[in-house]
Amino acid sequence: MSEARYKGSPLPIPQQYPLSEEELTARTKALQALLIEKGFLSSDMIERVVSIYEKDIGPLLGARVVARAWVDPEFKKRLLADATKACAELGIGGMQGEHMVCLENTPKVRHVVCCTLCSCYPWPVLGLPPNWYKYPQYRSRLVANPRQTLREDFGLSIPDDVEVHVWDSSAEIRYFVLPQRPSGTEKLTEEDLAKLVTRDSMIGVGDPLPPSSLS
Amino acid sequence: MNGAHDLGGFHGLGRVQREENEPVFHSEWEKGVFALLFATLGNGLINVDEFRFGIEQMHPAYYLSSRYYEHWLFTIEKGLVEKGIISKEELDARARRYREDPQAQLPERKDPKLADRMAALIKRGAPCTRPSVVSPRFAVGQPVRAKNINPTGHTRLARYVRGKRGVIHKVHGTFVTPDTNALGKGENPQPVYSVAFPAWELWGWDSAEPNETIYVDLWESYLEPA
Repeated sequence: MSEARYKGSPLPIPQQYPLSEEELTARTKALQALLIEKGFLSSDMIERVVSIYEKDIGPLLGARVVARAWVDPEFKKRLLADATKACAELGIGGMQGEHMVCLENTPKVRHVVCCTLCSCYPWPVLGLPPNWYKYPQYRSRLVANPRQTLREDFGLSIPDDVEVHVWDSSAEIRYFVLPQRPSGTEKLTEEDLAKLVTRDSMIGVGDPLPPSSLS
Repeated sequence: MNGAHDLGGFHGLGRVQREENEPVFHSEWEKGVFALLFATLGNGLINVDEFRFGIEQMHPAYYLSSRYYEHWLFTIEKGLVEKGIISKEELDARARRYREDPQAQLPERKDPKLADRMAALIKRGAPCTRPSVVSPRFAVGQPVRAKNINPTGHTRLARYVRGKRGVIHKVHGTFVTPDTNALGKGENPQPVYSVAFPAWELWGWDSAEPNETIYVDLWESYLEPA
């Protein structure tokens, strides 16, 4: 808070940072209280939007989309042609997924998604992003050194002869990955296949789980 | 603006830090700030580009050292005060009250219609596409160069692609222009393209890894023929 704390500093900051949990709590409540009084917010609205993203919308929805694409070639075609429309067939869509694009991994091409400027992420299929996706490390490293970042930070080694395509979500288009179906899953049901699809495999920083993980 | 938010290629920030079994929200105040997004954007008090531009105006040292939802809190406070929806004085007074009495509760007010409206908004989304007004200037496969410009306002033209050559990969459609919408200067819809840049073009032959392409979505006014 005090300017004096930084006197003589080459980089004067007008406030102490980051704020304490107590200060963040007080300021958030202050804004909430004022907006409740002015009619822009209500107790039930807070509960409702929080609950939707804690309980209803998350990577399980994206996993359903991927599993459907693995078992239904016609759906997969529609998904790759227009992901927004194809997801809507399953009742999936909305905020931060108004214009979705699905990227198919193949033996020769791997996709990975990021947002270097902020935190853009396909909410309807993946839910709200994890902190690592939003924090400076991933956002700075991935576009410059994708293979190194995937290997060192995610334990994912990609051979040099496999192309890596990085998608920086710099506009309002939201990307997610259709990972390759794991081998040994020919007899699994769509429902069991969905259990193998992880959030990270749809961001492109991981692979789906092996079928042995189901038992 | 050339701010700390424009992170592509920034060195020295360290490795990605992952949290096992990370919850959707880490605390009550994070839930509160998340709901404030709907109170502001959902009610049309602040637009998404003003919201992002507000965050970009945090001091770089503050931006890089603060929590994610602290960024949201910063821009929501700033936007509401600048638009005169709340005053700095009433905000400070109210924050002081909650700081001095952490047990003090929020005013209780139920508004089922408002809650329903926000749930419907989540389901429907808020598209930034607009009817096309011009035919796209560039076609798929055409070489383009991202302009070397350094606007002090809001832009979605990241520094690491400025001046670099790429190829049009896809024409996405017509979208609101963030640069003007963030400044209250209108939506000015224009075509947006997916542009493919080889890694060596962005980072140079010495630094780039082999066999990599970076796709960046760019508005037409960010591009020139190459």
